[in-house]
Amino acid sequence: MISQLVILWTDALIFLLITLAVAFGVYASRKAHLRRPWGLVVRSRVGVGTMVVLAFYLSVGVLDSIHFHPAAESPDSAGKVIYSSEIISLFDSMVSGLRARQEKTYSAPLATHLYAKESTEQADGSTIRDFPRLEHGGSHLSDPDQRDADIVRLSAIGILKGLAVSVVAANILIVLLAVAARRTFGERAREVLSANTEIPWRVVLTVLGMMLVITFWSAELASRYHILGTDKVGEDVFYQALKSIRTGLVIGTLTTLVMLPLAIMLGIMAGYFRGWVDDLIQYVYTTLNSIPGVLLIAAAILMLQIYMSNHAEEFNSLVERADLRLLFLCIILGVTSWTGLCRLLRGESMKLREVDYVQAANAFGVSHLQIIGRHILPNVLHIVLITVVLDFSGLVLAEAVLSYVNIGVDPTMNSWGNMINSARLEMAREPIVWWSLAAAMIFMFTLVLSANLFADVVRDAFDPRLGSSR
Amino acid sequence: MSKTLLRISNLKTRLGDAGNPVYAVDGVDIEVRKGEVFALLGESGCGKSMTALSAMRLLPPSGTIVEGQAYLGDTSLFDLPEREMRRVRGGRMGMIFQEPMTSLNAVVTIGEQIGEAVRLHDRDSRDAVSRRVVELLRSVGIPDPERRAREYPHQLSGGMKQRVMIAIALAGRPSLLIADEPTTALDVTIQAQVLSLLKDLQRDTGMAVLLITHDLGVVSEVADRVAVMYAGQIIELAETRKFFRQPAHPYSRKLFRSLPSLGNRGQELAVIEGSVPRLNQRFSRCRFRERCDQAQEICAQQAPAWSETALGSGVRCHLFEHLPALSALSGKRATENHAGSAEQAGNLLEVEGLRVHFPIHKGVLRRVIGHVKAVDDLSLSIAQGRTMALVGESGCGKTTAGKGILQLIRPTAGSVRFDGDDLTRLPAGKLRARRADMQIIFQDPVASMNPRMLVGDIILEGMQAQKIGVSRTERQARIRDLLDRVGLSVDAADRYPNEFSGGQRQRICIARALAVDPRFIVCDEPTSALDVSVQAQVLNLLKDLQHQRGLSYLFITHNIAVVSYLAHEVAVMYLGRIVEQGTVEEVLQSPRHPYTQALLSAVPAIDPVLGRSVIRLEGDMPSPANPPRGCHFHPRCNKGVDSCRSAYPDPVRLSQTHRVSCFRIEPESI
Repeated sequence: MISQLVILWTDALIFLLITLAVAFGVYASRKAHLRRPWGLVVRSRVGVGTMVVLAFYLSVGVLDSIHFHPAAESPDSAGKVIYSSEIISLFDSMVSGLRARQEKTYSAPLATHLYAKESTEQADGSTIRDFPRLEHGGSHLSDPDQRDADIVRLSAIGILKGLAVSVVAANILIVLLAVAARRTFGERAREVLSANTEIPWRVVLTVLGMMLVITFWSAELASRYHILGTDKVGEDVFYQALKSIRTGLVIGTLTTLVMLPLAIMLGIMAGYFRGWVDDLIQYVYTTLNSIPGVLLIAAAILMLQIYMSNHAEEFNSLVERADLRLLFLCIILGVTSWTGLCRLLRGESMKLREVDYVQAANAFGVSHLQIIGRHILPNVLHIVLITVVLDFSGLVLAEAVLSYVNIGVDPTMNSWGNMINSARLEMAREPIVWWSLAAAMIFMFTLVLSANLFADVVRDAFDPRLGSSR
Repeated sequence: MSKTLLRISNLKTRLGDAGNPVYAVDGVDIEVRKGEVFALLGESGCGKSMTALSAMRLLPPSGTIVEGQAYLGDTSLFDLPEREMRRVRGGRMGMIFQEPMTSLNAVVTIGEQIGEAVRLHDRDSRDAVSRRVVELLRSVGIPDPERRAREYPHQLSGGMKQRVMIAIALAGRPSLLIADEPTTALDVTIQAQVLSLLKDLQRDTGMAVLLITHDLGVVSEVADRVAVMYAGQIIELAETRKFFRQPAHPYSRKLFRSLPSLGNRGQELAVIEGSVPRLNQRFSRCRFRERCDQAQEICAQQAPAWSETALGSGVRCHLFEHLPALSALSGKRATENHAGSAEQAGNLLEVEGLRVHFPIHKGVLRRVIGHVKAVDDLSLSIAQGRTMALVGESGCGKTTAGKGILQLIRPTAGSVRFDGDDLTRLPAGKLRARRADMQIIFQDPVASMNPRMLVGDIILEGMQAQKIGVSRTERQARIRDLLDRVGLSVDAADRYPNEFSGGQRQRICIARALAVDPRFIVCDEPTSALDVSVQAQVLNLLKDLQHQRGLSYLFITHNIAVVSYLAHEVAVMYLGRIVEQGTVEEVLQSPRHPYTQALLSAVPAIDPVLGRSVIRLEGDMPSPANPPRGCHFHPRCNKGVDSCRSAYPDPVRLSQTHRVSCFRIEPESI
């Protein structure tokens, strides 16, 4: 399938961020003081377990960040490929079934019938009100009563597939480990399975297996049913929840990208130069801090909304428009959240500037810029890292809250916040529609929990005060 | 009833888990008798604190007592349940720690903190408790105890806090007081106060004191018996007098000869090569063998057993009977004899009326309401190849003076003429270029190197900034050269600072300073964080470098012994001003200013035979933000006259070099 690549703003920034992360990884692997704490992270069982979970989220997010115009079904008369005006992502095309199988309105998870009664005209001309069959969910069944047996059958197939793939993956991993350690496969496998390795590979394999089984199981079921039901307009909720992963990740990571340069530069400048520079920066962030963040975000987003509706012609598509709003949200969140890190860095640099080695550098006549680059920055990097990891989950949750009060991402964009927002009415409905909220909760909870656990491990590894207890 | 109060036998304490054990204490036997001061002497990391903590059962979580017994009287301490042990701690055994600043709770009055300890041991009425608190405070020599009991720790000075700690330890009327480096964090004059207090208390109450220290001077001052610890074992036990007259173990002997003093000025200090062996191994040889110059074959083959030399004394050495007498060993003469004294050329550095004042801001508008006069009118001069020592207690402004001279802190007033240029008036660019000529070495070898940089890069930094050496290879060669010069192997350049011991790090710092070929180095207490044997290495190196390169030093220190060994001239500082200045002989042997006299008398003497009377200084140094009117020293001076209260005395010239700022001194005819 030939297609025309589209690079949205946030896509570009995500790939920039990935490049930066990889570059930092390469840099860190050369520096003993940075390699050591990461070594501790990968040696911790919680650390590697959450890393696997996060990797699944991350791969969905990255796949969902490669956008293009898909080619239309048939080329035009001149043989030229025509691209549809729609923008979809690689992830969309992978799960195209989910996207395409729309129902009319609500349906419960794994249901075969709609959740609302409809009047249908019978063959004999009479109309009855009943729950009609779904167009896609369970439509392969001739008799809806076979549903339970069919679900069991599909689950069994999915789980078996998942297990098979995990066994293959485990074998590949052990082969790689055995090659790296120059051991035979059997020896290495015994070590891994008896948890006798430095990096807890058994935990990696267990979590990986679990995630793979869940993936295949849900894929198998999702091909026939709506495993998390459908929403008001009949869209698959499972698909929505998966699409929301990217939004959450973008908010959690791009915000830090916006905030870091501000926080690091201003924080170190304030702490290192003191005097009027310090006064100025302090006044700026105390002022900014005393404006309620939500107000600032609301004002900025509303202004953007007005701008967008007045200049509708500047945006090629709804997706681009939603994307710009997402980016803007990241920026404004970044602007309101740099103060915390800035304050931490100011304090730390204030301490560092009096440290003997900085004084010694002064005595050598080393320039300020070099002192900051060589002595101050490397010695505050651990604080930056800890803050970034800790802030991530907070930002994901913040998006949910902001979207709930309608100043978050664009309503057309899939996000957990929007799902929760729409659930407000669904919960008031009778009978209650609970699955949108539940789906958003499950996905967000898993991400935030593993991010938090991971952050704890990172903090423990990088905190110099805990160094002696290990 | 036996005389023994505390008996520790065959104590073995392990730190870390079974996979990676460190045998911090490895078979220690100690007997502390009733009413004696028993000193446990040793360098850092030898396990002396761990021994005491084991006896108190206060080991850190990673520590376990593997073997051994400890009896306090008839009670077996290691068999007591924790409930009972809590009553013993603070009851029959009190403990005071090194750091009085962090041992007290900052938000509770000291009266309450002492009262808490009192209530734990006798359940008296409120009145009785507060009476006892006042009584305790009085017994540790705190004036006006009723008022002090209501104050908070931050209102007290360091010496006072240590007294409060002692009062808390005494609350349970202990029969044994364990004092872990009780005076290490204190100034000499305060140390003298606390030591004499300990001695008085011990005499009055008849309790025993287990004193843990690294300071030979403190041992000779107060201890009755002394045990020397090395690498987790006791290697020598003797009566203090005997020990100081005739130490038996080669380690103890070397320790004595590595002490700097006026007597061995021209000589190189004895150096104990290498470092303490790592304690994560099992020894089948003498632990001191690698560093011992008497070592023989037997030392490598089997670990020496404990040999009793007399009743209650002994030594752990194969050779103790064959060792030469101490007097036969004399230090190596230094190769050159004071190259510096010959060339009395012009002064390299002249400081005139240097003032460093820090403004005190207050209020929203941050108005200046006063100044901390850290350095106030300081004048001194240093010639090429000479060493000027700047002596004073902590907080007197000596470090600020050093930084002010180097323009690391811009002085408020005064001039610093270095080789013709007035540094205070040089524009930033020119000053930066001059920085190659003057360098600084810091006190704390841990903080003075960026832990994130390789040693090679650390040394390279100055060369880059001063553009010394053009090519990479040239600079690398220079780094190798410098490392070799300070006695480190060349591969040190590719390692991180935390892989080195304190003494090695300090030598790296010296190499870093030398990288830019300075002519003048400010040494800011470069040896005070180091053990005695390591201190000797650094002092030897500094002295050597002075001979070879004609370096001038401004040696900032509070250690009088180091001054007498290394310096040519001395300036004594008190509260931002120099009170007495002159050559080493003049100042140390015939001090004229009352403060200098008190300072010198407070230094614990190594030789216990030499009687001396300590001039007790009452109180503490006032704050430099609010110095007393008139002579800054008069509130603590025992010779004050009326005129001291009204004006600051001008310096009086006693000789070409000797100047004193005191009204009581009449200028002598020169």
